[in-house]
Amino acid sequence: MIRRLYKWFDDRLGASEFTEHALKKVFPDHWSFMLGEIALYCFVVLVATGIFLGLFFDPTSTKVTYHGPYLPLNGVPMSRAYESVVNLSFGVRAGLVMRQIHHWAALVFIASIVVHLCRIYFTGAFRRPREINWVIGVTLLLLGIFNGFTGYSMPDDLLSGTGLRIAYSVALSIPVVGTWIAFLVFGGEFPSNAIIGRLFFTHVFLVPAALGALIGVHLAIIWRQKHTQFPGRLEREDNVVGTHLWPTYAAKSVALFLGVFATLSAIGGLVQINPVWLYGPFRPEQVTSPAQPDWFLGWIEGALRLFPSFEVRALGFEIPSVFYPAVLVPGLTFMLLYAWPFLEAWVTGDHGPHHLLDRPRDRPVRTALGAATLTFYAMLFFSASNDLIAKGPAVPVDTVTMIFLTLVFALPPVVAFGTYKLMRSLRDQTVKALSGTTSTPGKFAPRS
Amino acid sequence: MARRGGWIGFALLCTLVASVGVTIVYAEGGQPQLEGLLLAVALGGIALALVGWAKAFMPHGPHVEERERVPSEIVHRPDVIQYVDEGAEEIGRRRFLARLLGLAVLALGGAAVFPIRSLGSAPGRSLFKTAWKPGVRAVREDGTFVRASEVAVDSILTVFPEGHTEDGDSPAVLIHLPEGLYRAPPHRADWSPQGFVAFSKLCTHAGCPVGLYQAPSKQLFCPCHQSVFDVIDGARPTSGPATRPLPQLPIAIDGSGFIVAAGDFSDPVGPGFWNRDRT
Repeated sequence: MIRRLYKWFDDRLGASEFTEHALKKVFPDHWSFMLGEIALYCFVVLVATGIFLGLFFDPTSTKVTYHGPYLPLNGVPMSRAYESVVNLSFGVRAGLVMRQIHHWAALVFIASIVVHLCRIYFTGAFRRPREINWVIGVTLLLLGIFNGFTGYSMPDDLLSGTGLRIAYSVALSIPVVGTWIAFLVFGGEFPSNAIIGRLFFTHVFLVPAALGALIGVHLAIIWRQKHTQFPGRLEREDNVVGTHLWPTYAAKSVALFLGVFATLSAIGGLVQINPVWLYGPFRPEQVTSPAQPDWFLGWIEGALRLFPSFEVRALGFEIPSVFYPAVLVPGLTFMLLYAWPFLEAWVTGDHGPHHLLDRPRDRPVRTALGAATLTFYAMLFFSASNDLIAKGPAVPVDTVTMIFLTLVFALPPVVAFGTYKLMRSLRDQTVKALSGTTSTPGKFAPRS
Repeated sequence: MARRGGWIGFALLCTLVASVGVTIVYAEGGQPQLEGLLLAVALGGIALALVGWAKAFMPHGPHVEERERVPSEIVHRPDVIQYVDEGAEEIGRRRFLARLLGLAVLALGGAAVFPIRSLGSAPGRSLFKTAWKPGVRAVREDGTFVRASEVAVDSILTVFPEGHTEDGDSPAVLIHLPEGLYRAPPHRADWSPQGFVAFSKLCTHAGCPVGLYQAPSKQLFCPCHQSVFDVIDGARPTSGPATRPLPQLPIAIDGSGFIVAAGDFSDPVGPGFWNRDRT
């Protein structure tokens, strides 16, 4: 049956040459190559669960009074959007588990993109000819973070409303055009009735369409350029060593998809996330305490908390304090990310193509810079919990903030130095172990 | 090998059982924890089976594939460049028309940008004013008026201008300080009758409601980014990232003993923006 079907298509498309090529495509067998795949499969889970959720969510701000199965909210006025999320959670069979799988999948999606990015960075996989895919990958991260925010902002609960209020304030802070941007994006002064519908359309159509298209291009380019690989006995610059797509790699990859889905199902079923019914509906004069965003915005939130009481005011104009931590820091972060492959090639003068990966120890400076950068953002991330951290030993929040402000700037150089030393000694050991053979120290050392 | 086969069979059996299980749970009314767990077992069963299968019974190579040269400079690139150049030359020969084409496309692009303007109202002066006006009564969230005698000393109440409890920019905190404690900034001596003071509830940092009041120290805290405001000193920020005091609302007590506004806030409320000082 399948054979006849295949013949039918091949008669019309002449696809056999491509199919054979595809089925025999070689995929390297290193565990770190799964990270990007995990992100891809999270996206698939997000789309699948998102379609289900989209059929129940009602993105309107019309005020209603709740009368439903969740008794603590009985008689409480709320928007239709919030009501539909509560109903989806308690009134729709399998609704809550779908919501929670979706939310967890979003968190893991962005996490796996970040870890995948680290893999690409620390092994030098971004070098020519893969700069295009680096740029696409950074864009995917940006869009992923953005869509995570639009997603958890839609339910119109008290926590997400606070997040939207901060986003509005950040938009307002942009010099010259800030008020216009804020009013055009939000459809007027906060809180407008337009924003939830806009978030919904952006979250379920605009950004997913862009993500889908870019993921397609990302994969097509990988297909065209073939995978990188670590140097080894068989591995050279001009070949790819691993297993064929059919059947081994296909089986493993499908297994990975199912494994990712299984893990997300388990977490989504067992671990509560974003219980909007506990936060209550959004009210412009209320706020939850503590109030924190999802993890992927933690670094911006941390920057907002650390940035001192400072603003620029001159000639009757001002650049308010939120602009620096919430616009400038993320802006510079992503500019640097986008520029990195070109920056490194410019600094090292290495413009040649590379298909063999570096081990982190082979590039002590790059590895040290990467570790320092991660430390910087990790410190910002933890600063977003300054109030919670202060609660433990009962010290003033101010003290915790000052400690983190010091760590944000003091720790990265320390980590950079330590990492550099460690990488150098690891590299020297490898070279020593290989002495006697003709080794090229600093270039790379064979894996086996 | 036989043992591997046994494990694979067991994993697939788990999927079978869990799939039936999740169907039953759903049919019985649903239960999120069980649904998630059974779905995980069902999906994980096939996943493990496939991994075991691939490891035990599928070819592993290593297969080697040659990597072809990516830059196509040798054969095609010069041809392509030349072909494009020739086409461009054809267009360039009609210089006037080509320029007109460029101009027309530019104009079209400009025209296409304008619908963006429809997305929202112009900011205008809307960020500089709220619904508070002289004589407007303060109401609670439920719309009831606030009688001064109902607000005990050292207590705090969130108030709105009458008819505007849903406004984003109007919420104010009304605090009853012990009389004589408030150090009024210049020109605000009569803004705080009988120790009643009112400030915008929106943090001047990022606009979060300044929700927490500590009566002993007379301080307002913002739970979002931990700015602290000293109520007695004109709600000046004493710690945290905020740079400006909370705008004060001038209030009065009318003939019936209700709290009313004597005007709008002293400054634009909430976070800073480019032309905020252009009042």
